[in-house]
Amino acid sequence: MSIHNHGPYQQAFYSPVPTPLVTYLRTSFLWQLLRFVVLNARIIRVLARSG
Amino acid sequence: MARIIILGAGISGHTAARHLGRWVGKEHEVVVVSPRPTWNWVPSNIWVGVGEMTAEQVTRDLRPIYQRLNIAFHQAHALSIHPEGDDSHARPFVRFRYTDPARPEQIGELEYDYLINATGPKLNFAATPGLGPEAGNSVSVCTPAHATEANVRLQEQIAAMRAGAERTFVIGTGHGMATCQGAAFEYIYNVDHTLRKAGVRERARLIWLSNEYELGDFGIGGVVITRGGYVTSGKVFAESLMAERGMEWITRAHVTRLEDGRIHYELLDGSHHELPYDFAMLIPPFAGVGLQAIDRDGNDIGDQIFAPNGFMKVDADYAAKPYEAWGAADWPRTYQSPRYPNLFAVGIAFAPPHLISKPMKSPNGTPINPSAARTGMPSAAIAKAVAASIRDLLQGAPAPTHTASMAEMGAVCVASTGCNLSRGTAATMVVYPVVPDYSAYPDYGRDLRLTFGEVGLAGHWIKYLLHHAFTYQAEVRPGWALLPH
Repeated sequence: MSIHNHGPYQQAFYSPVPTPLVTYLRTSFLWQLLRFVVLNARIIRVLARSG
Repeated sequence: MARIIILGAGISGHTAARHLGRWVGKEHEVVVVSPRPTWNWVPSNIWVGVGEMTAEQVTRDLRPIYQRLNIAFHQAHALSIHPEGDDSHARPFVRFRYTDPARPEQIGELEYDYLINATGPKLNFAATPGLGPEAGNSVSVCTPAHATEANVRLQEQIAAMRAGAERTFVIGTGHGMATCQGAAFEYIYNVDHTLRKAGVRERARLIWLSNEYELGDFGIGGVVITRGGYVTSGKVFAESLMAERGMEWITRAHVTRLEDGRIHYELLDGSHHELPYDFAMLIPPFAGVGLQAIDRDGNDIGDQIFAPNGFMKVDADYAAKPYEAWGAADWPRTYQSPRYPNLFAVGIAFAPPHLISKPMKSPNGTPINPSAARTGMPSAAIAKAVAASIRDLLQGAPAPTHTASMAEMGAVCVASTGCNLSRGTAATMVVYPVVPDYSAYPDYGRDLRLTFGEVGLAGHWIKYLLHHAFTYQAEVRPGWALLPH
């Protein structure tokens, strides 16, 4: 029953969806470890700017 | 010795209490009045709602925490504030009704030198007929008890699907002016994740239903980020995530009622629709908790202290003006009442000057636009600033010394999209500033170097760590003050 609304002219047809590589990288341990460091650094920068 | 009373022990109230206890608790009396005996790390209620955590894991007993900080705790529901005193009180005071089982329904009164209203929102389910767990037509993840019940209902649906049934899940906002779209956004993805884990996702139809003009509004007027070589609206990413997970979405919707397994809603174009469903989690609109304000002669001065929605007026510009005239300067900075300098409101309890998203009305006159979002990080930042101001006022400062405008601070929101330490993900979203400032950032209202979003396992690790860090902080464990708010 899960709706597959990706068909032509359907709602999700116009939305970008990730490629298999991007989907894989989202849960790749090594890549996400790097992103964890980068995200935290960027967050700390925002916290510092927010006082 | 002065007495500072804090009404409410949520994220904002508890933050103010901790800092005041640390800074002035030895010289002055700090008192917390709050109806529940526990503090709740609200962002993790989502995980209670899908059975990944229990209510006990997202709450902490307040009494032992406040004992450690020499803070007096009254488990009571605040009824009224009397900022001018009365015939029997020379000083301002608050009146409250105990919810403490040891003193059920007793009335208490306490005078104060400074009062912080941190009462948060009333979950106004009654604004939509049939909405909410008490009416029985929808669940909620706003409180640990609600979220626990939501999971029970969710598991019932999963059991039915395992037996071969097909089910429709509708998640989003239950009123044209609700806020907290982020919480609903997290919940729909966690439900999706849970259904996939249970092997029943193919039997489920998942529908997002909200009052946003476009997906990704989140009550902050949407967001624009730089990604993949483009400056792109958050709408694109929000739709992408829905499309990827096989969800449908309905926006620009005001839910008018829930009954007989149908959600009735009106769209911004004025048309009316019905949506059959089996499971619904719809966030209610918020209102003030219903505090009264009484002057020295016993007159109700609520309309001078509170906005019509029940939130407390502070140092914001409340003059009615069109959307095109809104500006960053409209937003409060010190959160001090303009009428009573020893009265403050923090977190969700202060009255915003207006929405952040653009006001929208259907041809029938129905407002369909998210109310202004006040998330955890700004709420805590505001509370800490007010606590610091009160500390300095006690030492003789002539006016509040610290500011925390939502137009001058960022917010970090980590929206879980599936709870698992090795296979989970979350959308990490950071905006700066929270309230768009088009005078400082003419193109998009925000600093694109500090505004970003990303989906991945790293986000889930961050949210999981934040859960433990902020509960550690709430318990005032060693070094808690070194952790960011």
